[in-house]
Amino acid sequence: MSALIRLVHVSKGYADATALRSTNLAIERGKTTVVIGPSGCGKSTLLRLIIGLIEPDSGSIEFDGASVTADNVAALRRRIGYVIQEGGLFPHLTARANVVLMARHVGKSQEEMQSRLLELCELTRFSDNLLPRYPVELSGGQRQRVSLMRALMLSPQLLLLDEPLGALDPLVRAALQKDLKEIFARLRQTVLFVTHDLAEAIYFGDEIVLMNGGRIVQKGSVTDLREKPADPFVLEFINAQRGLASL
Amino acid sequence: MNRTRKGKQSSRSLLVSWVPYFLLILSCIPVFLINSSSAAEIVIGSKKFTESYVLGEIAKRTLTEAAIPAEHRQGMGGTIILWQALRGGQIDAYPEYTGTIGQEILKSDHASSLDEIRESLAKFGVGMTNPLGFNNTYALVMRRSEAQRLGVRTISDLRKHPELKIGFTHEFLDRRDGWRPLRERYALPQQNVIGIDHALGYSALANGSIDVKDAYSTDAKIEENDLVALEDDLHFFPNYEGVLLFRLNMSADAIAALRRLEGTLDEKGMTRLNAEAERTKNYTRAANLYFESGAGSPNTAGESFPQKLARWTLRHLQLAGFSLMLSVIFGIPLGIVASRGGAIGQAILGFASIVQTIPSLALLALLVPFPFFGISVRTAIAALFLYGLLPIVRNTASGLQDIPRSLRESAIALGLSPITRLWEIYLPMASRSILSGIKTSAVINVGTATLAALIGAGGLGEPILSGLNLNDHVTILQGAIPAALLALLVQWFFDLLDRVLIPKGLRL
Repeated sequence: MSALIRLVHVSKGYADATALRSTNLAIERGKTTVVIGPSGCGKSTLLRLIIGLIEPDSGSIEFDGASVTADNVAALRRRIGYVIQEGGLFPHLTARANVVLMARHVGKSQEEMQSRLLELCELTRFSDNLLPRYPVELSGGQRQRVSLMRALMLSPQLLLLDEPLGALDPLVRAALQKDLKEIFARLRQTVLFVTHDLAEAIYFGDEIVLMNGGRIVQKGSVTDLREKPADPFVLEFINAQRGLASL
Repeated sequence: MNRTRKGKQSSRSLLVSWVPYFLLILSCIPVFLINSSSAAEIVIGSKKFTESYVLGEIAKRTLTEAAIPAEHRQGMGGTIILWQALRGGQIDAYPEYTGTIGQEILKSDHASSLDEIRESLAKFGVGMTNPLGFNNTYALVMRRSEAQRLGVRTISDLRKHPELKIGFTHEFLDRRDGWRPLRERYALPQQNVIGIDHALGYSALANGSIDVKDAYSTDAKIEENDLVALEDDLHFFPNYEGVLLFRLNMSADAIAALRRLEGTLDEKGMTRLNAEAERTKNYTRAANLYFESGAGSPNTAGESFPQKLARWTLRHLQLAGFSLMLSVIFGIPLGIVASRGGAIGQAILGFASIVQTIPSLALLALLVPFPFFGISVRTAIAALFLYGLLPIVRNTASGLQDIPRSLRESAIALGLSPITRLWEIYLPMASRSILSGIKTSAVINVGTATLAALIGAGGLGEPILSGLNLNDHVTILQGAIPAALLALLVQWFFDLLDRVLIPKGLRL
């Protein structure tokens, strides 16, 4: 099966530094690919390039076989769900309005939206009694569930998660991790998950992409990374996180 | 159940997206109420002091009695504003003085004869009546007791008393026949000279804040306040014969009517009318004294106070409301552009800030020479509009800029179109800031609209101005108190509006 997303020699630089060196990457359908690395390694740049928030300086990005251009990027965004660390919910809209916002604009009927909404509540374990609440009236974990519902509303081909659990306390985080993994499996969802936490990467990742200094150091399973490190940095990164965990 | 919730939801967002329209409609109301006077009327202007008001009323009544419809716009400001308005055709006639015409309007260096003046004015399409009969020249006045104690009788005597404090009107300080040449001619040593409003100057003189001020020789206040006019022993002041200036294209009937006033009013008569005006606070009644037989006739009797208050307040709301509407219509889009930064954004914020630093009086004076504006309600609205712009532009821009980048990117990543992002996400999120900018503008406009009276645009500034002129605190308060209450009311109204228009999610 061909890759859903393919980056070919993509690079991006900012005035002061190179954020992403010439990079090739394929993201397989139906799998969860986790991008991991220290702060400033270029993992967020990678994600922002794929969703089209920034444009590459060189190289091309293919989505489902078609090259991403300025003309089709708006349409492609509707086939991608996006969840960020703080949820990115609009504070002036209720949970329900946040979730159905885009569906309303593409002209879905009330009935369609309603049944999809209830389906998503069940899937994300979010009580539909809370739908009329505003984001400030929800807990951090509840907000992330609403944000996930919003991302999944139009049944996207790809789900992008940018450190979605980073701002949650450990108990909420553990519960949400478990639910997320179940959801991905149930939907056979193609997921690109960005984190800086190795344990989380191992828990979710069918495939792990380790980045450092604006380039991909190694791509493979956790066993590959452990047993056939491509670079001294791979071991260094793994050992540093392990050291913390064993404390 | 879910269906009804959804219904509430969309009605709220509908309401929010209608904010600009709502404000537009709200502030449109006054436009329909603005009722300009009929075009065929002769419009008479007057300067901002008692004698000019009274002469304006006399001219109006003369025309009315000759069956020519006439309107009197009281107290429109200084010489240059009235002269510009006359040339521009916003007014058809106004009372003036020969000395002022020569010195200030024609700027001639020598004393011109009446025929020379008339010839020069004709080039501007302006005619002049013969003198009405009184010479209202400038005079320097002092408290009688003080003058006697110091032995000051003439202007030359002031040389011996350099310690005297002098307060002149701003116009006199700058006139070509004013303070500077006067000081040179008489070699006066006084250093302590301040600029002060004419009517306030009398209070300052009475309480000893100043010792000498300028006055007009027919000023009733000289007698009333027990002052003496110092003799102009070097004959510095030119003649100030009262005349009427009028547009030569006015109908022959109207010109003939005004010319019937020539030579009918001597200095004593004029002083008496001025005294009557200040005593009764009613210019119409003072003018009626001139016609004797017509005194107290019903069609010229003044309005009752509630009627006047209603007229002032309505006009005040029209001025503030219409200008606010313009500020909102232009301010929000400009604020949106400014929020994107860059050279254009900087230019917009810079322009709005610079306008704010121009004193309101100066802004009015700057707009008057433009043909479209002149002495009109338009000028007042334009000035208020410009003042109201900055708070709205700045608050719209900062409200939009304060939206976190993560939320902006979420809106983009969702796939919303730029228009939808602005309309449904960014503007509602900035609504609190935008509304508070509009509130600031509204309160500023209600306050600043009092200055509209300076160019005859009416409003609650009218009693404030004439009260200032009459040195009558009650009249001042008749305008000042309603204006202050109006500002409070506006504040309260917008606080209420906040609760309706700011989305609930932002108020929790």
